[in-house]
Amino acid sequence: MSKTILVVAEHRGGALRQVTYEAIQAATLSSTENDQLHVAVIGHPLDSLTESLSSIGAEKIHLIDHPDLQQYNPEAYLAAVMQVIDASNPDGIILGHTAIGRDLAPMISAKIDAGQISDVTNIENIDDQVVFTRPIYAGKAFEKKVFQSSPWVVTIRPNNIPGADSSGGKAEIEHFEYAKPASLRTVIKDVVRNTSGKVDLSEAKIVVSGGRGVKSADGFKPLQELADVLGGAVGASRGACDADYCDYSLQIGQTGKVVTPEVYIACGISGAIQHVAGMSQSKVIVAINKDPEAPIFNIADYGIVGDLFEVVPLLTEEFQKVLG
Amino acid sequence: MEIYVILKQTFDTEEKIIIEDDNVSEDGVQYVINPYDEYAVEEAIQKREEVGGNVYVIAVGPERTSEALRTALAMGADEAVLISDERIGSDENIISKVLASYLSSQKVDLILGGYFSVDNGAGQVAIRLAQLLDIPHVGSITKLNINDDKATADRDAEGDLEQIEVILPAVFTAQQGLNELRYPSLPGIMKAKRKPLQQLTIDDLDIEESELTPKTARTALSLPPQKEAGQILKGETIEQVKVLVEKLRQDAKVL
Repeated sequence: MSKTILVVAEHRGGALRQVTYEAIQAATLSSTENDQLHVAVIGHPLDSLTESLSSIGAEKIHLIDHPDLQQYNPEAYLAAVMQVIDASNPDGIILGHTAIGRDLAPMISAKIDAGQISDVTNIENIDDQVVFTRPIYAGKAFEKKVFQSSPWVVTIRPNNIPGADSSGGKAEIEHFEYAKPASLRTVIKDVVRNTSGKVDLSEAKIVVSGGRGVKSADGFKPLQELADVLGGAVGASRGACDADYCDYSLQIGQTGKVVTPEVYIACGISGAIQHVAGMSQSKVIVAINKDPEAPIFNIADYGIVGDLFEVVPLLTEEFQKVLG
Repeated sequence: MEIYVILKQTFDTEEKIIIEDDNVSEDGVQYVINPYDEYAVEEAIQKREEVGGNVYVIAVGPERTSEALRTALAMGADEAVLISDERIGSDENIISKVLASYLSSQKVDLILGGYFSVDNGAGQVAIRLAQLLDIPHVGSITKLNINDDKATADRDAEGDLEQIEVILPAVFTAQQGLNELRYPSLPGIMKAKRKPLQQLTIDDLDIEESELTPKTARTALSLPPQKEAGQILKGETIEQVKVLVEKLRQDAKVL
């Protein structure tokens, strides 16, 4: 019997987010041949998305475009997504493990009494069973999980499942009239965009990170300069955040964010186990530290024993030269 | 104001993970209040100091969880409830239903919890709970103000800041930076020993046994591949930097 899998899309600045292509790939990996792929798109305005959506490889696109949905409001978005769920009756629902997805998914799960597997990094089919891999203890270990009932809900971690190609035929597009709930108890008063123009830490390909060795808020400047030259983002260890050198939103570790960039450059970070949990899956790790005994060198691909205030500016200069 | 904090006891974040018989070994492990839940406890106490009322800490977990609840009482919470029962699985769906079953029979104005737990990291229970109780929630908050029957919160959304107003009762999950944690004082610890800590099983709750069937199951557990130490570069600093840039350009396509 054919099933329906619903992807809840995310978009930013008039384009689909990369994680949505990854969620579509996740839907393909979780389904068998005859399954239907549906995509729900909620927000305002959605006009600019129609073209990229129609060739995304889905059978059906459900659009709910309403001015009240311009900002994410948990209650309003739940109401909208429930309209789509009631109409399409999906067996599985997939969202990104993003600010919106990690908020909306558990609401959906409770509403439809579904099991949920969060923060999935890999999906495979083992003996006709779909098996989801996810990190626990921030990546100190990994577990494989399966569902024992349907419907089910999954959130996928950005940057882990390869994105689907957008070449798959022409989807049917269905417009829904947003049925606004009678009373919303949640009001979005204001949204301050701190991130426009900056590379998001959890999606960055290159992360330059500072620890206690950075010594002050000013000490992060050379790290930011290096990150800017490389098109990366700046992160920090808990030590640096606790010492008030930077904001907690930069913290990488078991408390804080888990990052898996192509290159991770750890500057003045000793490599406490709680920090390593948040970055050890990075593809290439560089450590710069004065202390040759620092545990960070045990997991680094390349190490420089030296003063970060000497090494980092030289590195910036050298990259500037070779990258033009 | 009746303030509830839902709390989980977790491994200290400095702990290594060892797998034994397909489970995470608990041998000699140091336990703490889940770091995000600690911010929730602190915020609850601060709100009680501002507007009056009581702070209750509530947990679902094994008996050892009472240590974490005692720590919260020592920080300044008034009462604790531990729901401990082997029939309760670790599925987030079940935990949220057990909590909802208890809380739906209490007078509740405010529920605080952590953004996620540093062990399982699923971030589901608090939001599911809000939904089951049919009350609004704001996730990942860095600021909370109470104004009579409403609350305004700053929500951290991947670095952007959303200012959200909700009608109480409501659930909030604490992000890092919500407040400065206090540590239990000696008199606080002495006092905590005399504060009520009620222990319940599911027989004390109005919940069907059929609600306790897990909807997900773990089929395997493994450690990530061990990362091997690479090379420490040698020579003059400038030479090391040049070698590093060259190596990175070979290894990483993004450069």
